[in-house]
Amino acid sequence: MKANKVLDAKGLACPMPIIRTKKAMGELSSGEILEVQATDKGAKSDLTAWAKAGGHELVDDAEQDGVFTFWLKKG
Amino acid sequence: MTVKAMNASELSKKVINKEPLFILDVRNEDAFTDWKVDGENFSYLNVPYFDLIDGVEDILDDVPQDRDVLVVCAKEGSSIMVAELLSEAGRDVSYLEGGMKTWSEHLEPVKVGDLDNGGEIYQFVRLGKGCLSYMIVSGDEGAMIDPLRLVDQYDAFAKKLGIKVLHMFDTHLHADHISGGRRLAESTGGTYYLPPKDADEVTFSFEPLEDGKVVTFGGADVTVRAVYTPGHTIGSTSLIVNETYLFTGDILFLDSIGRPDLAGKAEDWVSDLRESLYVRYKEMDQDLLVMPAHFAKLSELDEKGRVLARLGDLYKVNTGLQVEDEDEFRRLVSENLPPQPNSYQEIRKTNMGKISPDPAEETEMEIGPNRCAVS
Repeated sequence: MKANKVLDAKGLACPMPIIRTKKAMGELSSGEILEVQATDKGAKSDLTAWAKAGGHELVDDAEQDGVFTFWLKKG
Repeated sequence: MTVKAMNASELSKKVINKEPLFILDVRNEDAFTDWKVDGENFSYLNVPYFDLIDGVEDILDDVPQDRDVLVVCAKEGSSIMVAELLSEAGRDVSYLEGGMKTWSEHLEPVKVGDLDNGGEIYQFVRLGKGCLSYMIVSGDEGAMIDPLRLVDQYDAFAKKLGIKVLHMFDTHLHADHISGGRRLAESTGGTYYLPPKDADEVTFSFEPLEDGKVVTFGGADVTVRAVYTPGHTIGSTSLIVNETYLFTGDILFLDSIGRPDLAGKAEDWVSDLRESLYVRYKEMDQDLLVMPAHFAKLSELDEKGRVLARLGDLYKVNTGLQVEDEDEFRRLVSENLPPQPNSYQEIRKTNMGKISPDPAEETEMEIGPNRCAVS
């Protein structure tokens, strides 16, 4: 999936992936896609809940070799 | 204001002593709804940490100043962040060291009582999950009943007592937690006892725990006797120590009884469960002190944090022992069962030796509440 911006949050522990995601999202316009890469196991449930609360859409996610990738569409 | 760490042992004492505490849980709503730190005099506020990144002003009015405040999250990182924000706002708060992960794994050792000839019994209360395991001391030797995978905590305790733990008993093949029996036996050179009827698919060698088996150990001549009491699993076996204590595993708890469905055989095992509860236990000495492998409610803990009761008393108060009608009993244990424990299939396979998850995966598999009882 084509992203307007890619955030590398690999190796970061909670709460940093969400803090960085929130900041990166702030630099995008509505409808644009942010790709987030993280290794923290709690990232999926937290990003899902955060996106929902903030009106963003988790378009897709994938896991490969311990890296979780998320594509978020700004609301 | 400074931010203080509260460790799991300090939190355990607050639970056991029924102290008041305000918990600000900053995990997701789903995680909080599924499972939290229970305390009879605890009060709660759940606000996910990601709603507090820009500041805590919105919740300041909801965080009391006349009570200790503990911020809790999954692993501790987010709770430190929120605790620091509260501290900057002038509040005196603590965070839970290691978060819910550590809380889930903490074992609080409580002495249950003395045995004749100098033996002792300790109950390890896993407050975060409701599991109970036991260490029985006889001279310089120890035995364990239903030990959990958290073997470092038992090792440390045995070292403090100056004993060597050589006999590990599992009352059944567990579905709600990963057993530490085989690991402990391997590390101490001891013996792992498991009921053979639960061990059809087990991939390692063990000592069969058969009906009537007697194991005597240590300088204080402590005797463990096995009594076959199926129903939670087909192999479920109770243990009687020195004809005084009855370890019931997951067959009989203080407030409720075991569920027969975790190996997929609810219908088949209902009559076994009934026979164990309404015939075999009834024929035993009613002064035996029952110690189960789980508790469900904090009200089951006495003032010292122990979970035990006289067998005869349970026949008066335990709801699962009051159902004389067989059909009604069948309905009780096969309908309206709570959800099955998280990852119970994988946990069973791990306990059979069929899969070997790494420690992080084991932690993940056991996260969440315990659900081994009928009600």
